[in-house]
Amino acid sequence: MSNTVSKASQRSLKNTLTEFMEKYKVGAFFQKYTMTIALVVIVIIFNFWQGKEGLILLPSNINSLIADNAYVFVLATGMLLCILTGGNIDLSVGSVACFTAAIGATLMAGGMNVWLAVLIMLLIGLAIGAFQGFWIAKVKVPAFIATLAGMYAFRGFSNVVLKGETARIKDQVFLDVFGTGKTSYIPDVIRDKCPGLANTFSSQNEFMTRLIGEGTIDKFNLTCMLIGIIAVIVFVTLKVRKIMQQKKLGISQSVTGQIISMVLITALILWVSFKLSSYRGFPMVLLWIGLILAIFTYVTEKTAIGRHLYAVGGNEKATALSGVKTHNVYWFAYSVMGFLAGLAGILTAGKAKGIDPTYGVGYEMDAIAACFVGGASAYGGTGKVSGMIIGATLMGVINKGMSIGIISSDKNMLKVVKGLVLMAAVMFDVLSKRQKR
Amino acid sequence: MPKILLEMKNITKEFPGVKALKNVNFQVEEGEIHALVGENGAGKSTLMKVLSGIHPYGSYEGDVIYDGQVCKFTQIKDSEKKGIVIIHQELALIPEMTIGENMYLGNEQGHKFAINWNKTYFEADKYLKMVGLEESSKVQVKNIGTGKQQLVEIAKALAKNARLLILDEPTSSLNEEDSRALLDLMLNFKKQGMTMIIITHKLNEVAYVADKITVLRDGATIETIDNRGAERVSEARIIKGMVGRELTNRFPKREGVKIGDVEMEIKNWTVHHPQYVERKVVDDVSMYVRKGEVVGIYGLMGAGRTELAMSIFGHSYGTNFSGELYLNGKPIKMGKNASDAIKQKIAYVTEDRKGNGLVLSQSVKVNTSLANLQAISNKSVIDADKEYAVAEEYRDKLLIKTPSVEQLVGNLSGGNQQKVLLAKWMFAEPDILMLDEPTRGIDVGAKYEIYCIINELAAAGKCVILISSELPEVLGMSDRIYIMNEAKIIKEMKTEDATQENIMEAILASERKHDNE
Repeated sequence: MSNTVSKASQRSLKNTLTEFMEKYKVGAFFQKYTMTIALVVIVIIFNFWQGKEGLILLPSNINSLIADNAYVFVLATGMLLCILTGGNIDLSVGSVACFTAAIGATLMAGGMNVWLAVLIMLLIGLAIGAFQGFWIAKVKVPAFIATLAGMYAFRGFSNVVLKGETARIKDQVFLDVFGTGKTSYIPDVIRDKCPGLANTFSSQNEFMTRLIGEGTIDKFNLTCMLIGIIAVIVFVTLKVRKIMQQKKLGISQSVTGQIISMVLITALILWVSFKLSSYRGFPMVLLWIGLILAIFTYVTEKTAIGRHLYAVGGNEKATALSGVKTHNVYWFAYSVMGFLAGLAGILTAGKAKGIDPTYGVGYEMDAIAACFVGGASAYGGTGKVSGMIIGATLMGVINKGMSIGIISSDKNMLKVVKGLVLMAAVMFDVLSKRQKR
Repeated sequence: MPKILLEMKNITKEFPGVKALKNVNFQVEEGEIHALVGENGAGKSTLMKVLSGIHPYGSYEGDVIYDGQVCKFTQIKDSEKKGIVIIHQELALIPEMTIGENMYLGNEQGHKFAINWNKTYFEADKYLKMVGLEESSKVQVKNIGTGKQQLVEIAKALAKNARLLILDEPTSSLNEEDSRALLDLMLNFKKQGMTMIIITHKLNEVAYVADKITVLRDGATIETIDNRGAERVSEARIIKGMVGRELTNRFPKREGVKIGDVEMEIKNWTVHHPQYVERKVVDDVSMYVRKGEVVGIYGLMGAGRTELAMSIFGHSYGTNFSGELYLNGKPIKMGKNASDAIKQKIAYVTEDRKGNGLVLSQSVKVNTSLANLQAISNKSVIDADKEYAVAEEYRDKLLIKTPSVEQLVGNLSGGNQQKVLLAKWMFAEPDILMLDEPTRGIDVGAKYEIYCIINELAAAGKCVILISSELPEVLGMSDRIYIMNEAKIIKEMKTEDATQENIMEAILASERKHDNE
């Protein structure tokens, strides 16, 4: 008797659950935000890992998460463009980054002006990208092969330029602007210029001390916090405008969902800026990363060339017959990739205060992994910059977690874990898409 | 009383959100040809997938009774073991392999660890003879035409000891001649006792070959019509069942459209094959089209119609072009890109909408705007509002059935995909539209709507070039007809003078002439 009752209640529970799932599109939600959820879950697990509680979220660790992964964000942005065109990848970026840095270091050692050297590095990157893009777009050499050749050749050129040795960069301006050292932060102009505010944010003010924390209040970076607040204002304005437009046009999208995600992202930005302000302030590399991510989010979502990237990846023949010059699209993707490889070279050299012919090995794979974990399709045509950011962050968090001894203190295990995560991410993607049919 | 070979009883199949089949009942007698017809999305393919085990036992409700036994297939192999073999619409042959290798792929002859090639080719040749192919089974598939490839598919099915053969749109990629040969082959098999199910959109084929016709609509069986009487079932009778109403006129009338001056003219247009450069794919073609006129180009598969259209469209196909192109009487030097043609206000709606026409992984909106992005952007930055408005406008205008314009085109039905493709080119605002097989593989209702769109375009003063291999369509829709064969235009006819018979006659005459040369 009780057995049948419990069975019936089980069934009704199951029914209500399915109803709930269908009503609120739980399945679709999970499918869309799989990697975001995975990221949050992993951060929570790491945060409460026994013996390492709270370590991963220390301001210094968040700071170094950004510093260590700057090159991944920059390269993955370019890689995403290449992948969008049809799953094409660029294997040469690690070598190109090393090569441009080698040239720059040599030029600066010879006394060249820093900014001129930086410009030359970026232009060399762009030229290499355009050159490889030429073979891929016009001559139709498979991208894999063309860039594999580039990977060998530019690794070799780096060796030649550096004569197999490490080149040091001593120029302080370069290190301040592109490095990750103690001085590579946006200076706290506000605290210096506004003594009134500086007084409020000091240990004399009891309320603020309690709010921000005793140890950090006296050097709490006001400029960094302000940048975070401005970023939030810009973000919320854009988002609200978008929602208003959708309303006006009558696009049926869940407004609640968008507002929730807006609030969460706002909270995240504020939280990160708070953490950074409590440490050394706003890192210069974050400025570069943010700039690149913002530009290419715009390019992929708003511009015609961005649209063409998706269209070529989705169906190249149809795109060509729609009057799009498809070879220019490939060329664009690989030129941008080269340019960003140049920037990655600059950031690598800035972080390491010099360049060694072995730097940049495996960078291409980190960038590719970030894109695929972030939901880009291996066949091209789908993938977003925002997804890639999640993917890169996820891989970065795992790196960080392992380096402070979470999961395993064995550094040799790092690549095993990264490999498994990539596998799991892609597997989940494939399986969830299959279910939909 | 003939024996019932297959009975599908009360089959219900649900997908998340939709009931694809609702209590479908379907009976096939031994030794008959049974046609399964219905509009796209009526559930024909789903029903066949249930039968063949692609949708495994347990995922559907109801019973499949075959040869007196309830079947519980969980994979295709299970149904093939029983002699139920499906030949899919898309040819699934590997071009680089020989006919024999293809026929026994997955069913290799000989020892577990060593294929017996002698036996493979001996057996393969035996079955090839049965389907009337003279080729040796050692010929590579890429070296034979599509018609023969379809026959290889059938031979492959026979090699699996088929008792019940299911042909899904077997003639969709064949020309009239090959289609007729294939249908005759089916009738021949029937004499030898084979049971067959044919799925097709071509109703004349159904009337010609089928003993019984089952009509599906919206996932339910509507009726089973007997076609063994003295008089063949009329197409109108079948259509009535398919769409649930009588289509008195398959082609909407175009009235009061004034035909203007010559808009585009080509003279001595010759194009060579891109790989085999000495071969002419378009040979000395001259033709013209006037404002507000619908010009049909009819020809068999491989006659050079698509090649002609694509070569006009910015030299998108072929090499070694020669000939002149005039727009409004002025000679035009056509550039090398589709974009050049679009600038000259020429549009080409491709024949293969999935392969060459649409980006299936993108939304209706993105596809609609793709050919004319500059119209909705400001200095190459896309105006999202304008784009959305344009997509909505065309969705309303062309009655595209989609929950929203943000829906991925890949999720739409064939007819709606075709409308999106049309929307894309109408939005490019061309003066000349070349439509290549605009109604292939879409259902009767959607066809009618597309014909209406063609009429509206003509009424707006556009030139429409309608390329089709369906004769009734060309006859029903065009003002003037060009007939193409072997890369040449062999005849120009006014529609009033044209009949199915004299068009086919013209083609046959040109073939004979060609043979005599």
